Amino acid sequence: MTIQDIKNILHAEILWADEEMLSHEVHTACGSDMMSDVLAFVKDQAVLLTGLVNPQVIRTAEMMDIVCIVFVRGKMPDPSMIGLAEERGIALLSCGQRMFTACGLLYENGLRGGCE
Amino acid sequence: MKMSQTISFHYDVPGDDFTRAGEASSSIKKALKQVGLAPDIIRNVAIAMYEGEINMVIHAGGGQIDVDIAPDAVRMVLKDQGPGIQDISLAMQAGWSTAPDDVRSLGFGAGMGLPNMKKYTDEMKIESTVGVGTTVSMTVFTHPQEEAVS
Repeated sequence: MTIQDIKNILHAEILWADEEMLSHEVHTACGSDMMSDVLAFVKDQAVLLTGLVNPQVIRTAEMMDIVCIVFVRGKMPDPSMIGLAEERGIALLSCGQRMFTACGLLYENGLRGGCE
Repeated sequence: MKMSQTISFHYDVPGDDFTRAGEASSSIKKALKQVGLAPDIIRNVAIAMYEGEINMVIHAGGGQIDVDIAPDAVRMVLKDQGPGIQDISLAMQAGWSTAPDDVRSLGFGAGMGLPNMKKYTDEMKIESTVGVGTTVSMTVFTHPQEEAVS
């Protein structure tokens, strides 16, 4: 699945991603509003789905080598967060679905978990 | 890539600005990439230091971080002048936290920080005095596979 596929499946808005990133292949994802848990339990995940909106979401993704963040429930990061993601080369998407539905749709289309 | 000398970094972590927490860890991650270390080693250092940096801001009102990138290892020393840890063995238990609810609403304070720092490093030592502060020293060896073979 590519980041473009995620956008299509979730009818998401792309907040930041360059052209090259849209064709980036991803195989695993995790969903959490607790960055503590992302840092503790996630391994080799490419996509983070979250309803939390603060700069530490971008920082957590950066430390974990996560390449794409999807904000669920229509959450929108502020311009400083988008700027931080751009500097780090992390794609940002926002979709209207709730966490459970967004995760379910991506799972149904082949994206998997893989937490330890 | 083989390094022949140690590169040292010092950071003063402000304690009053949660939005800036992680800047030091981000800077070290960049430096480690430039040095050319393996991605899993870089990630281990970045996660451990980031957890420590977040702890500093949440619990201790900031502090100082010194990092040495040496030929054999990355050594981090995180020092704060915060309230100290009353019971270190309790603080090391997964899920145990003294973080207030407002910290949880920011996505942290699940009681996973210290156990996670131990998990991602090869050596970790905590020295803490209540009312004086806490110093956490962590080491990640950079060539574990080569050491195992030889």
